[in-house]
Amino acid sequence: MPRAGLLRIEALHSVLLGPLSLDLERGEIIALYGPSGAGKSLLLRAITDLDPNKGRIALEGVARERYTPARWRARVALLPAEPRWWADTVGEHFPARACHRLEQLGFGPEVLGWKVARLSSGERQRLALLRMLENGPRVLLLDEPTANLDPRNTQRVEALVRSYVLETDAGALWVTHDQDQARRVAERMLRLADARRMIEEGA
Amino acid sequence: MDTINIGALDLGMAAALVVALALLTVRMEAGLGRSLLVSALRTTVQLLLVGLVLKAVFSHADPWWVTGIALVMLLLAGREVTARQTRRFGGAWGYGIGTFTMFLSSFTVTLLALLVIIGPQPWYDPRYAIPLLGMILGNTMTGVALALEGLTRLAFQQREVIEARLMLGQDQRTAMGDIRRQSVHGGLVPIINAMAAAGIVSLPGMMTGQILAGNPPMEAVKYQILIMFLIAAGTGFGTLGAVWLGCRRLFDERERLRLDRLA
Repeated sequence: MPRAGLLRIEALHSVLLGPLSLDLERGEIIALYGPSGAGKSLLLRAITDLDPNKGRIALEGVARERYTPARWRARVALLPAEPRWWADTVGEHFPARACHRLEQLGFGPEVLGWKVARLSSGERQRLALLRMLENGPRVLLLDEPTANLDPRNTQRVEALVRSYVLETDAGALWVTHDQDQARRVAERMLRLADARRMIEEGA
Repeated sequence: MDTINIGALDLGMAAALVVALALLTVRMEAGLGRSLLVSALRTTVQLLLVGLVLKAVFSHADPWWVTGIALVMLLLAGREVTARQTRRFGGAWGYGIGTFTMFLSSFTVTLLALLVIIGPQPWYDPRYAIPLLGMILGNTMTGVALALEGLTRLAFQQREVIEARLMLGQDQRTAMGDIRRQSVHGGLVPIINAMAAAGIVSLPGMMTGQILAGNPPMEAVKYQILIMFLIAAGTGFGTLGAVWLGCRRLFDERERLRLDRLA
């Protein structure tokens, strides 16, 4: 059962978005869906503070302003729909060139030596999730994390996120267009009707 | 002094070469004929005007005159830097970053050279102050323009990479590391190449000028070495300053990448 008070968002708004409010509990995954262009990605970007926005956001009772921007983004971490890579090899993107959960997504340790340029889009997506989890985030903001994956890898990603959230008492906001997936992974479902309106729907 | 004077006919023959080149590029449809002629015309008019101004200034060494000319040079250099940016900073920043860093670096270096190193009497003697500032400012302008162009272009092209790094908890300094290095590199490569090639591949213009004017080669060489170092310092500090200020302007107080600040 979810327990109280992980991420509290009150009247989050920007030029294009909101005001939107949202409470995410410890151990909870919320599925966020809605038509394309409704502002789901914008909402995630605003929460992790990549775009100018206003409103009150607190992680475990500590206001966002009290974190350095870098620390905040590591704690309330966004996995974009198309993750970017900058160095030559996969391993260079991981802290200390190591990753603890490779096998959970079907990779062996040799993957850290692979060239980024030769990764498939699905591999990039799965590795980007692992890369993000190495920072030990408290909240995962996942923007269609299985969009490029086959059913087997989709299942692996769902299992990994669920176990991460449960084991570390974290939480996740999971953007998906797939209603079945939403029901599989989430305790609650929120529909973003447009950039100003969010509607709670039963799971 | 045994300089051979050149007349209008001599300049006309050199100009004929440029016209021939322009005609050739028009025939090749390179689309440069017009800008080639316009810039050749600008060279002629601008240099003639400068000649008149310098003639007037040299005849009475007045510190206010020198200051005024120095400021005009600075403002024009600032305009050139701004005009060469494909994605410049919006508002006053677009002009301000380049102009301010050029002012700090090239004026400081020139003052140091005049007051401490060369020491003409008076120190603002326009015969030294203006050519010196001109050379330092001109090269600093190139460095600052290249560096700012690199910074804004790379930040725009690689915005997703920068944000990916921010998302992983990197601070703005780390996330911009590669781009900052490349921009500084772009600004400094011309002067580094010029120093490396000086005397082997090319004979620097000022030294050649002094030799043509009848000065002993070793004197000309010493001046050229001094100038090279001053130019390197002016360009280097200007480039570093412009990239530093530019990086700061690209992010806000919450370290968000603000490409909306580019015009």
